[in-house]
Amino acid sequence: MSRFSLSDRAIDVTASRAPLLHAAAGGFSSFEGWVRNHNDGREVDGLEYEAYEELALAEGERIMQEAIDRYGVLAASCVHRTGNLAIGDLAVWIGVSSAHRDEAFRACRYIIDEIKHRLPIWKKEHYLSGETAWVACSHTGRAHEHEPPHTHRPHREKAHG
Amino acid sequence: MTTVNLKYYAQLREQAGGGSEQVVTSANSLRELYDELRHRHGFTLPAEALKVAVNEQFSDWSHRLSDGDTVVFIPPVAGG
Repeated sequence: MSRFSLSDRAIDVTASRAPLLHAAAGGFSSFEGWVRNHNDGREVDGLEYEAYEELALAEGERIMQEAIDRYGVLAASCVHRTGNLAIGDLAVWIGVSSAHRDEAFRACRYIIDEIKHRLPIWKKEHYLSGETAWVACSHTGRAHEHEPPHTHRPHREKAHG
Repeated sequence: MTTVNLKYYAQLREQAGGGSEQVVTSANSLRELYDELRHRHGFTLPAEALKVAVNEQFSDWSHRLSDGDTVVFIPPVAGG
């Protein structure tokens, strides 16, 4: 099963979580991106996502593999919506399972940051005023600079994540 | 002359009035191709704001066009 997928329907979180269950996992971290009712001071009524599907799937898969390699997590999964979304809808779901919590949090953060900057997916906001606009994230710059690749430091905890 | 396929997304799709087209062009580079299309369709985004993909892979702007290439100019992205 692919780790990264696009969905034109509501994301099934329970099903997305299933491939991450692992006997060696002591921690699970998840990030959900939701559609909020405002952006840049404007009242948002809903939005639409459009994806360059072939490239988004390939690049998404690369991001997941990078997260696994950098942080040494057991498994990672991500689903990104396309199509029309309403306020409160789940736009992106990310889950990571690992032996310990620290790498699960970090891998989750890495995935959402890379997705925002690299995936060929576009967002058109619909405003309460009736206007619409394509929103630009950016091709450059990072809100959060990633730490250097994980180097399997000795863990101090033994029980759970 | 080179025959290339173009796919458009987001604001480029709206400004081109469609999601794809085939063009016969004298452009040698991706930059020349974009400038030609920008003139024809009235694209508002400058080339500097874009990334580009050729045959479903991110590409360098220095890529030399070949017959049958599928080119996608990528506006600033906004996933997540």
